[in-house]
Amino acid sequence: MAEPHTMIEKILGRAAGLDDVAPGQIVTCAVDMTIVIDIQFAESRLADVVRVHDPDKIAIVMDHAVPAPTVGDALHGSRARTFARTHGIRRFYDVGRHGIVHQVVAEQGLARPGTVVACTDSHTCAAGAFNAAARGLGPAEILQMVCTGRTWYRVPPAIRYELVGTMPPGVNGKDIFLTIAGRWGDATDHALEFGGPGLATVPMADRRTIATQVAEIGADFAVFPADQVCLNHFAEVAPGTPITPQHADDGASYAEVRTLDLDLVQPMVALPGTVINNARPVGELGDVRIDQAFIGSCANGQLSDIAVAAETLRGRRVADGVRLIVTPASQQVYLEAVRRGYVATLIEAGAVVTNSTCGACFGYHMGLLAPGEVCVTSSTRNFRGRMGSTEAAVYMASPATVAASAIAGRITGAAALEGVPA
Amino acid sequence: MTIGQAHGALRVRGRAWVFGDEINTDDMYPGFAMKLPVHEAARHMFHATRPEWPSLVRPGDIVVAGRNFGLGSSRAVAELFVALGVAALVAEQYNSLFLRNALNYGLPAITLPDARALIAEGDVVGIDVEAGLITNHTRREEHRVPPFPDFIMQMLRSGGLINQLEDGGYLRLADAKE
Repeated sequence: MAEPHTMIEKILGRAAGLDDVAPGQIVTCAVDMTIVIDIQFAESRLADVVRVHDPDKIAIVMDHAVPAPTVGDALHGSRARTFARTHGIRRFYDVGRHGIVHQVVAEQGLARPGTVVACTDSHTCAAGAFNAAARGLGPAEILQMVCTGRTWYRVPPAIRYELVGTMPPGVNGKDIFLTIAGRWGDATDHALEFGGPGLATVPMADRRTIATQVAEIGADFAVFPADQVCLNHFAEVAPGTPITPQHADDGASYAEVRTLDLDLVQPMVALPGTVINNARPVGELGDVRIDQAFIGSCANGQLSDIAVAAETLRGRRVADGVRLIVTPASQQVYLEAVRRGYVATLIEAGAVVTNSTCGACFGYHMGLLAPGEVCVTSSTRNFRGRMGSTEAAVYMASPATVAASAIAGRITGAAALEGVPA
Repeated sequence: MTIGQAHGALRVRGRAWVFGDEINTDDMYPGFAMKLPVHEAARHMFHATRPEWPSLVRPGDIVVAGRNFGLGSSRAVAELFVALGVAALVAEQYNSLFLRNALNYGLPAITLPDARALIAEGDVVGIDVEAGLITNHTRREEHRVPPFPDFIMQMLRSGGLINQLEDGGYLRLADAKE
C-alpha cells in the first residue's frame, strides 16, 4: 500500500515508474510532451540531432520573435522548419498557426492531465492548470529530451492553497496570484497545489494565469486538480484523448497549508522590480501616472482578457499621451477577438492591437519603454529593464486594471470608472 | 592538456565578486542581448544593476550571490558566465531553473548558506567541487558543503550535458562549433 501523496508526487512518480516518491528525491521521468520554441533554435546543435526519441512527443511552436524581427530570428525559423521536416514532427505551429506556446498548449490539448510536459520557456508551469507536471527547463535539457525522451526532476515539497469562498466579479487570476505573491512571498523549490471548495468558482483562464505566474515566485510547479472545470476544458479541446488524472491523497504531507478566502481578493497591483512581497490593492497605490499600458502575454492575453479590455474601453478613449498595446495570445484568440468585435472596439478606443507573440513582455521586438517612462502591464514580469530601458518602471496588474488605467492615464482599478459616462 | 582542463575544471581558485538577493535573469542577460552572439551578450551582464562588471571580471573569478539567485527566465545565463571565464558560482540559494542551466553548461554552482557572511568581495576563494570543500584563502577558513549527486558530478566532469549527448552518440559532432 502506497503512502498518501500530493499531486506533484503522484504525477512525477507515475512518469518515473515509482509508487512512492518523496520530497527531495531525484527521479528520472519519461516526458510525455517536449515543446521546442523558436528561440530554442539559437541552440544550433538541434541541427546535429541524429534521431529524435519520438516525433509524436515533440511539438514546435513559433512564438517569441515572430514574424522574425531580425535575420538571426529568421534563421531560427528556417532551422525549425528544417528540423520539423527532417524528423517528421507533425505538431508544428509555424507562423500563421502560431501563438504564445502556453496558449497553444492549452488550445491543442498538448498537456494531458496527469502527464509530464517540458519546454524551454520558464512559464511552462502554466500547464499545471491541466493537472500536468510542467516546468521550464534549460535549452540543453530540451535537447536531451528531444534525443532521449527523459529528464530528471527533484521531487519538490508542496505548499497547498486551500481556496474557500467565491471568486468575486471584477477579479482576475492575476489578482489572486498577486495576493499570494504579496502576502506569502517566494516559494523557491516548492510546488504549489491548489484545491478547496472555492476552486470550482475559478475559471480555467484564471487558473492558467495563476499557474503561469508561479514562476515569478520561484516555484517549480503549480498543480491544479483535474476537476470538472479541467475535464470540461480537455473534452472540448482534445475529445476522446485518454487521460490519467492524478489526485491528491487524503493525508498527503505538505510543507504548509494556506487558506485563501476568494471573497476577500481585490484588484491588485505589483510595484516595479518583483512581485515577491511587493503587491498591494490598487486602491492603496497612490497616484501613478503612466505612459504605456500592455495587455498580453501567456499570462493574460487570453480571449477573456481581450474581452474584458474591450468591455472596459467600449465607448471610451485611451488617455492622451498613453499608448495601449494589446497582444492576443494566439492566432486563434486573435481571430475570435476579431469575430466578436473586440478588436474594432479596442482600435476605436485608440489601442494598438498587435500580432500574437511574446514581443513586448520580454522587451525584445516591440513596445519597448524609454528612460523615465512608466508602464502598467498584465504580462508576466516587472523586473527592472524587462520591457526596455532599465530607467523605466513596470507595474503589474490585471487586464481590467490595465484597461482602466489606460483610460484614466494613471493606475486605477476598473471600479473607479463606474458611473463615469463612457 | 589533461581531460580535467579540457572540460569543466572541478578545482578552481579565484577572486570573489559578491552580488545580492534575487538577482534575476533579465538583469544578467537582458532581452536585447538575446539578439547577440554569446561572447557579445556577455558584455551586457548585470546591465540593470552593475553594468561595469563585465569589463572588470577576469577568467577564473568566482561569482557569489544571496538568496533566490537567478529568478526568472530559462535563457542560458550560464553560457555568458562561461564566456567571461567565470570558474564557479556560490550562492545561498538558487532558482532551480537557473541552477540546472548552470550545471548543464558545466559551470559548478555551489550552495553555501550564509555565503555572503563567509565571503567578501575580493576574497580569494578555492573550490574543490568533488570534495565539497570551499576555502576562503583570504580569511584562512574552510567550509564543507554536501557533494553533488553522482549524475551531476559526471555531467560536470564531462564539461556539461551537450558533451554527454555527443559522447552518447545522440548528436553528430559539429565540424565548427560557434
